[in-house]
Amino acid sequence: MTTRRLVLSRSAALVGAASSGLILPSMVRAQSGKVRVGFMLPYTGTYAQLGVAIENGVRMAIDQQGGKLGGREIEWFKVDDESEPSKGVENASKLVQRDKVDVLIGTVHSGVQMGIQKVARDTGVLNLIPNAGVLAATRSLCAPNVFRASYTNSQPTLALGKAMMDRGHKKAVWISWKYAAGDEALEGFKQSYTAAGGTIVKELGLPFPNVEFQALLTEIAALKPDAVACFFAGGGAAKFIKDYAAAGLKGKIPLYGSGFLTEGILDAAGPAAEGIVTTMHYADSLDTPRNKQFRLEYAKAFRSQPDVYAVQGYDTGLLLIQGANAVKGDMSAKPALYKALEGAVIDSPRGKWTMSKFHNPVQDIYLRQVENKENKVIGVAAKALADSGAGCRMG
Amino acid sequence: MDFATFLIQLLNSVQYGLLLFMLAAGLTLIFGIMGVVNLAHGSFYMLGAYLGYSLSAAFDNLAWALGVGTLLAVAFGFALEWLLFRHFYHRDHLDQVLLTFGLIYIFEELRSIVWGDEVHGVAIPALLDGSLPLTDTLSYPIYRLFMSGICLVIAAGLYLLISKTRLGMKIRAGAFNRDMAESLGVNIKLIHATVFALGVGLAAVAGMVAAPVSSVYPNMGASVLIMCFVVVVIGGIGSVRGALIAALLVGLVDTFGKVLLPSMASMLVYMLMAAVLLWKPEGLFKQ
Amino acid sequence: MSAPKAHTEMLPRSVQFALALGLAALLLFPVAGSDFYVQMVTRMMIMAIFAMSLDLLQGVTGLVSLGHAAYFGVAGYALAFVTPADAPVSLWWSLPLAVAGSGLVALVIGFFVVRTHGIYFIMVTMAFAQMVFYLFFDNKALGGSDGIYINFRPDASIFGWLPFDLEGRKTFYYVTLVLVVAVYALLRRLLWSPLGRALAGIRINEHRMRAMGFGTRGYKLTAFTVAGALAGLAGYLWGAQTGYVNPELMGFHMSAHAIMMVILGGMGNFAGAIVGAFVFEYLLHVFKDMTKHWQLLMGGFIVLVVVVAPRGLLGLFGQSRAPVGPTTMPPPQERPHG
Repeated sequence: MTTRRLVLSRSAALVGAASSGLILPSMVRAQSGKVRVGFMLPYTGTYAQLGVAIENGVRMAIDQQGGKLGGREIEWFKVDDESEPSKGVENASKLVQRDKVDVLIGTVHSGVQMGIQKVARDTGVLNLIPNAGVLAATRSLCAPNVFRASYTNSQPTLALGKAMMDRGHKKAVWISWKYAAGDEALEGFKQSYTAAGGTIVKELGLPFPNVEFQALLTEIAALKPDAVACFFAGGGAAKFIKDYAAAGLKGKIPLYGSGFLTEGILDAAGPAAEGIVTTMHYADSLDTPRNKQFRLEYAKAFRSQPDVYAVQGYDTGLLLIQGANAVKGDMSAKPALYKALEGAVIDSPRGKWTMSKFHNPVQDIYLRQVENKENKVIGVAAKALADSGAGCRMG
Repeated sequence: MDFATFLIQLLNSVQYGLLLFMLAAGLTLIFGIMGVVNLAHGSFYMLGAYLGYSLSAAFDNLAWALGVGTLLAVAFGFALEWLLFRHFYHRDHLDQVLLTFGLIYIFEELRSIVWGDEVHGVAIPALLDGSLPLTDTLSYPIYRLFMSGICLVIAAGLYLLISKTRLGMKIRAGAFNRDMAESLGVNIKLIHATVFALGVGLAAVAGMVAAPVSSVYPNMGASVLIMCFVVVVIGGIGSVRGALIAALLVGLVDTFGKVLLPSMASMLVYMLMAAVLLWKPEGLFKQ
Repeated sequence: MSAPKAHTEMLPRSVQFALALGLAALLLFPVAGSDFYVQMVTRMMIMAIFAMSLDLLQGVTGLVSLGHAAYFGVAGYALAFVTPADAPVSLWWSLPLAVAGSGLVALVIGFFVVRTHGIYFIMVTMAFAQMVFYLFFDNKALGGSDGIYINFRPDASIFGWLPFDLEGRKTFYYVTLVLVVAVYALLRRLLWSPLGRALAGIRINEHRMRAMGFGTRGYKLTAFTVAGALAGLAGYLWGAQTGYVNPELMGFHMSAHAIMMVILGGMGNFAGAIVGAFVFEYLLHVFKDMTKHWQLLMGGFIVLVVVVAPRGLLGLFGQSRAPVGPTTMPPPQERPHG
């Protein structure tokens, strides 16, 4: 009997502890005068590196302004979104409803962004997107309180088609993973390439995140197009570049891509990546005083080299600062805040950009070529390129 | 598809199939001989790849890296068996699922702490870093042929080990009837530890050998695991020969599926499995 | 072999008391809890239904499904497909439809999988779930990798009369609670019905059952279908609450988590599944708040549980009453295939 009593009291204690844990946080949360900023970023899994770079960028921008927003102190909150779409809504609610953040910064993964977007639309919390390029966020699901500081998935490839035609490639093969981001990158490429007079001979796809490219590379070799355009990112991109070279295609059929192909993996890909031409809104090697200063300061602060994700985070920080300053830190003054964000001009390391009326950057897209493990800027593929915002019904 | 392309695609299928075999061989051994469901097999593959990355940087020589890496992986397998798995042979499959699922979390986090979250490349040794021209546009990487060669050597080695050696005899006896083998004086504990370490070693070698072409990156074990399951189920649990044939089949279906039926490519392999099971519910080669 | 009891098929009084206490706590919780926590507990209750549905297979029948999330997800998607973009759909036909849809998918897949045993069953269910996952992930017509929004929660009105409004967080909470209790009661009853006894018989010795004239495959298929349909109920609620469904709902992790919950709590009595679901979700929540290395804690915790409490948390209660029974599934070599 003693055992059972012991077990009983133990279980009662457990239940008590659990429920107080559930209820307490809502009571101890006192109203403070601080601006509450929440990060919802991947800190584990495939995109962990990107999450850290983005957070670094945001903090750096704000630290440079004295660590305050519109004169108010900041209280930070963090949630690891694990790049797990099925937990997107739950994680976003954690920041919005539990932590009562004034602004939610996130995220990297498009599927998770769909969850954030849902919460943002339902609750009206200010959401700044530091990476996820899912079209719907600034098209069919656009919202007055959602602003993107990065790009749409089709934006880089929207500048790619003409650049390829200019270099005399009239017939191209497209290859990417068959998932939303790949399809959306294809949309941009198709539009720009056919408009410039090119023909897409074949669209090849393989299931995400399958990295067995050999069958499709054989197909490409048999088709003998003038060039290949692609969308891959991360570990898969490194493998694709290496396999492409190993199959003997490098040097015979030039490889082009959305810039993410050559971001963060040039060391891993090694010499196989040399000569690949991509289009994107930033390049590490961008030769402007603004970029050089940024890179120097970032390297000093975090002892690592910044990448495009750090820049996007930094710009997210700059955007937030402009908005907060306009309302003197009163984040509840929403109309004025949104107006300031819509009118923001960001003096970014990637060059000056403005906000489109659909809340997506209007920005220059650079033409870049890999040279000595670096994305060298070889031109501007498109000036002040905007996303169409098709389907966005807002104000 | 002309005939030359067809032949090349066939080569691709075989090459991919052999790689899958190397991955699945360890899994099928651990399943079949010890009856342990091991969800952490993909993590062993990932750890192998990261070991390959670190060791090839340290030694600057693939042969050395492979040798030392294999030893480390086998030692790790023995340690893990002694520490954890030994206590789970008599437990039911559910506990094994639970244990190995927990291990996935732990290995993934340890990988992040030890190696970080970046994508890393592993250089192909100069000796193997070339290509054989096949058509005017396409050539075949020598390293891929080397990988296939290693897979074949392993397949042959496993066959000889299990069917021709004393150790293999004991392994088979232990798998067939644990108690009888034990009463005949077979040290079943040692046999199990050896098989487990061998399984871990095989997964790690697969990771190390694949690292130069696949690069190393977080979560790389996850997708591999499920493919391995499919191969093991099709081949028949515990059958090394079945795993080889199933792996080649899966390679074939995956390769030609991507080219001929791209819209269904991701599902074809699973449909193959369903078809096989409808025909033979215990896989092609029941042990 | 004497017929062994499932882990804690007969609930010790202490467990019954704890359950009653838990129910009281759940009834009172919305009074004290903030919006976020009300939603979180709702989600836990939904997972509890999901875990209970799996327990019917795993704990009662001895079939370990590593692909149970497929049926969970299918119902969520069913709700997404029938909900128009600008208006809610009626609860009264969409819920039966979604549950039936999941049941049907489970029936079709079950037809293949009940032919297999042991480890095969685990892996085959996983592979089928993977197939369903890719079906939705790869097809834009089915929402693709980004998934689909459900803009409105189902409407519960009957000819203009609205008994309850699911858009209200607390209403949704209590509806879910009622369903948890209903599913629990249904499954407990089933446990003692002829069907339940037959399923338990299959777990203990399928061959003997067949020798006694039971068509075990038919029973297993029934269990698989019922479990799939109940998982569908959970998936429907999940879709309604979250308003967003995506392929990952059917993914490997979701299936594995459900197994964790059932084992964690203790199998075969459905109470364990409920406890397991709450504990698992709550720990995930706490660990993630605690450290960025939460995976280490979660993994360590799971390993620890399996080492020290092989019969689950509820098993800890019953330990003084009965010796540790035989495992739910005989080791493979004792189980001739056929």
